[in-house]
Amino acid sequence: MPVLRIPTPLRAYTDGKSEVAVSGSNISEVLADLTIQYPALKPHLFNEGGDLRPFVNLFVGESNIKDLQGVDTPIKDGEKIMLIPSIAGGMSLRGERLSRRSNLLLSGGRHVTS
Amino acid sequence: MSLPELSREEILRYSRHLLIPEVGLEGQRKLKNSSVLIIGTGGLGSPVSLYLAAAGVGRIGLVDYDVVDSSNLQRQVIHGTSTVGKLKVESARVKLLDLNPDIQVDVYNEPYTSENALRIAKDYDIILDGTDNFPTRYLTNDVAVFLGKPNVYASIYRFDGQVSVFYAKEGPCYRCLFPEPPPPGLVPSCAEGGVLGVLPGTIGTLQATEALKVLLGIGEPLIGKLLLYNALDMSFDFVKLKKNPNCRVCGPHADIKELIDYEEFCGVPSHDHSEEGSAGANWDITAPELAERVKTNHLKLLDVREPHELEISALPDAKNIPLGQLAARLSELNTADEMVVFCKGGTRSARALELLTSAGFKKVKNLKGGINAWAREIDKSLPIY
Repeated sequence: MPVLRIPTPLRAYTDGKSEVAVSGSNISEVLADLTIQYPALKPHLFNEGGDLRPFVNLFVGESNIKDLQGVDTPIKDGEKIMLIPSIAGGMSLRGERLSRRSNLLLSGGRHVTS
Repeated sequence: MSLPELSREEILRYSRHLLIPEVGLEGQRKLKNSSVLIIGTGGLGSPVSLYLAAAGVGRIGLVDYDVVDSSNLQRQVIHGTSTVGKLKVESARVKLLDLNPDIQVDVYNEPYTSENALRIAKDYDIILDGTDNFPTRYLTNDVAVFLGKPNVYASIYRFDGQVSVFYAKEGPCYRCLFPEPPPPGLVPSCAEGGVLGVLPGTIGTLQATEALKVLLGIGEPLIGKLLLYNALDMSFDFVKLKKNPNCRVCGPHADIKELIDYEEFCGVPSHDHSEEGSAGANWDITAPELAERVKTNHLKLLDVREPHELEISALPDAKNIPLGQLAARLSELNTADEMVVFCKGGTRSARALELLTSAGFKKVKNLKGGINAWAREIDKSLPIY
């Protein structure tokens, strides 16, 4: 099975696991299996339209899937997939942002325009 | 351009550099002639500025507007107990000039913003990104792209570090990899999530190494490559980065031609380092107000910190649901209850409040400044962390 490496900030959603064995023959299938195993990861990876979020970078070997065939990039058995996060926080809240952001948070990160 | 000569004292000082053929006398004169701007004088800025000063980089610019706090000293080794309460840039300048009086240290005790960034950065050869927040990180990238300068990048979180050299003239920029920041709230900061004290040391010295390679024109700088480090696994992984043809700042069809409002772009303020997390005046309750309220009213207390933080300090009768679990455990709470939510400093609890209000909780308040404010103002037996 391919192995997906989980970065520290997302390990909160994989029971602390740094690597997850996933099944599938391409990135799309692998991510589907990953989010079945760990549903809480889903909003961190996909937007409401089901597309990968722009800040989510997946690498197969040394190459970004954006430079390969995107989510159709084929994966071989035992191949390592790395999920590379944006890190650097420094976040505070301002009252005026409360309502706009609440939808976002409740949806687990998906933009909801209700 | 002719390079400056080295004095007899400088030749002695840099003798270990002069012995390396890749540096040598000419390389050392190059370093003396060069300048670097370091954004942030914190965890990364500490080792970066110390080693670049020691290496003899002729002019070092430091941008920071914060003051030294004792909670910085676990990792910000350029500062010391004697400089707690002093300006970080001043504390750092004294240390750097003690280490190497032959260099020039220029300090900018101001937030790095779209208004001043181009003016500050234009006269430096390279820019080092030692920031702790996304707005300043995107600003630092865009400034480097617009000025055509290399941006030596590093970032850290808990046990993880990343290093690269973003140089749009020769390779990708930060935005090629991360076109936009994650939505606010998805990625915790070091102030909330913590960082192993030695991590910025490891990553910052790698960053300084890359800066020296770029200045000297030796080796293979991490242009088009990203280093991923994990201290627990002691793993160093490299991935290749390519220029993104759709990059909005360095791509062929770039539509961002000047600096933008980065706080708006990232949805978070960059220059709010106060530990006093707030949810806005209508949603906050101060520690003294809460102390009054609990005397007369039965209030529920909800602690959204991680379980290991409860060992440091806790309030009696508070229910603990870590922020990350809150959405899944809302059924354990009653919308009819008056509830005060708190965390360490008020930031996570403010985020919890957003979630709760969206879920129909109307009678909720955020303890402004968190349990640390309570420890400071009400129960002085509790430690502040």
